[in-house]
Amino acid sequence: MMNLIKSLGIWIAAAILIVILPYVFPSGASITTMCLMGIMIIFALSYNMLLGQSGMLSFGHAVYYGLAAFVTAHTINWAIKSGVPLPLPLIPVAGAVTGLIFGIIFGSVSTKRAGTAFAMISLGLAELVYSSSLILRSFFGGEEGISADRTKLIRFFGYNFGPQIQVYYLIAAWCLLCVILMYAITRTPLGRMCNAVRENPERVEFVGYNPQLVRYIAFSLAGLFAGVAGSLAAINIELAQASFVGAAQSGAVLLAAYIGGVAFFVGPVLGAILVTYLSLTLSDFSEIWVLYFGILFVVIIMFAPYGLSGLLMMHAQFWRGPLGSRLARFGRLFGAYLVAAVPALIMLGGAILFIEMIHHVAQKGAEGANMHFLRRNYITINTHSVLPWIGGIVAMIGGFFAFRLSWPTVANAWHKALLDAQRSGA
Amino acid sequence: MSSAVELDNLEKRFGKTEIIRGVSLDVKLGERHAVIGPNGAGKSTLFNLISGRLIPSAGSIRLRGENITGLRPFEINRRGLSRSFQVTNIFPRLTVWENVRCAVLWSKGYKYSFWHNIDKLEDVRARTQEILEQINMANRAQIPAGVLTYAEQRALEIGITIAGGADIILLDEPTAGMSRSETEHAVALIRKVSEGRTLIIIEHDMGVVFDLADRISVLVYGQIIATDQPVKIKANQKVQEAYLGAAGHD
Repeated sequence: MMNLIKSLGIWIAAAILIVILPYVFPSGASITTMCLMGIMIIFALSYNMLLGQSGMLSFGHAVYYGLAAFVTAHTINWAIKSGVPLPLPLIPVAGAVTGLIFGIIFGSVSTKRAGTAFAMISLGLAELVYSSSLILRSFFGGEEGISADRTKLIRFFGYNFGPQIQVYYLIAAWCLLCVILMYAITRTPLGRMCNAVRENPERVEFVGYNPQLVRYIAFSLAGLFAGVAGSLAAINIELAQASFVGAAQSGAVLLAAYIGGVAFFVGPVLGAILVTYLSLTLSDFSEIWVLYFGILFVVIIMFAPYGLSGLLMMHAQFWRGPLGSRLARFGRLFGAYLVAAVPALIMLGGAILFIEMIHHVAQKGAEGANMHFLRRNYITINTHSVLPWIGGIVAMIGGFFAFRLSWPTVANAWHKALLDAQRSGA
Repeated sequence: MSSAVELDNLEKRFGKTEIIRGVSLDVKLGERHAVIGPNGAGKSTLFNLISGRLIPSAGSIRLRGENITGLRPFEINRRGLSRSFQVTNIFPRLTVWENVRCAVLWSKGYKYSFWHNIDKLEDVRARTQEILEQINMANRAQIPAGVLTYAEQRALEIGITIAGGADIILLDEPTAGMSRSETEHAVALIRKVSEGRTLIIIEHDMGVVFDLADRISVLVYGQIIATDQPVKIKANQKVQEAYLGAAGHD
């Protein structure tokens, strides 16, 4: 019994967290954000079944997400029209089946190959589906897409899923179920052979496994979970549209997985949360937020190739020994981070000021010289004056060199923490 | 005695270049058979043909009487033939334990299961542990295979090769690049794991070959010029001229 509680503990904690989150963040905007996060978590984890687990770099994962969204919208409309008593919480099953079926169909072609060939085939299939979505109007609904009124379905224990909070709990429950299932799959013979295929597909053939079939099954299952995500997305906004199968959607899931880190199961979860949050909030600060998003991606790929989860795991080694010494160790380490963070923020602020001023002068010259920095009305900057330009450049360059100077402090603190942890571990 | 592996007039061409030129060979069940020959003779190509990595241009391969010509490597492996590689071929970022376990799974019948919890498969765990003990790496189980020493990786390679329970084992230069003492360990290991199995081994170290093999085949320019017991191979004039004479000067 204790073992059971221990092994289920993290899932029970997750379930409790899901239940209480809306009480901690009760605003409408927060609930909406959390709904999108839940959808993206499923989508990003399903993507990582391919990339992180099996070594398949797909540029077209949105195909399964998007097609499932359309089938979901059609299923809801069909159930309403024909009076079939299908409650909303079961609708994502239709998405799952859609994702699985298209995974089986397209996977039979693409998983024959690995590496670059697989990536190119996935790109081709994605383009194929996206262009059909603009042609086959009866299924994809053209530019408007297919809308579906989720509240008209038969009620589920009295809930009609009109209020967003009810949809939140629906998404959260499916999210938790999918996360548990996807985690469980990593710990099965197939899941482990996926890792082996990722590492060395040729050797796999000489221990009795067909690496193509391993990839194919993993691909089909990834399609299934992407289908659940797409289905929830359609339920969430009561609409499926062509952009759901588009390249931007495929790109977003790739970004989320990479930013979170593909080497650890939890990575895409972190990535999904951060990417969703940033894509919703950055636009409040800048029109060209996509640019900053791209810069973040490049910085992570260059300096933290294992993503956020990789950075976290690097710190796990310091979490040993008596609690007091753990806290002291982290205190010293974060003190050093703070020393480096100040010049880094100055550099960042200078760079953003510089970029925003260029954007203002180039794109919005007609609006006059004054720019509201970060879209804050209380920070007005005169782009025709020389001073802010000099300030931006000085902050950028000065911050960069100050950051370089502060770096030995971080390296030193890191080194000390490592020695200290090793001593207290031994 | 019945045959484990029979090669009948096997040929392999790459374009116009003939690598294997009509090889016929009959390896008996339970035999330890060594294949020797100069560099470029086609020894590894021969292994690649038998194990399904390459498809022969002509001729046939029989495994315990069954024709396996043209089958894929995993199909041949499932019929009880397993091989190691000249260049270490392991799963570098998986642990030693996971490396061996991958090779155990199919033989225990779990196939592509995504519903069994792998940590709860007692038969898989026990077999993995047994193999690790056989190759003396039980205390290295949780280390990523990529960081092992070269000799340890070679031992792991043998562990992966035998883990699936194949009774016909092909080892491609298992002691290449090892020091004298590492070679002795490796030979002891090979002797131990090939107990009760059929072994075909490619080896350059003549000490190892004459120590281990029941019979030896000498491959020169894609043809077998002699197959016989070690003492007779040593005395064979043709072999002396083509290979052993030159090898003796190393």
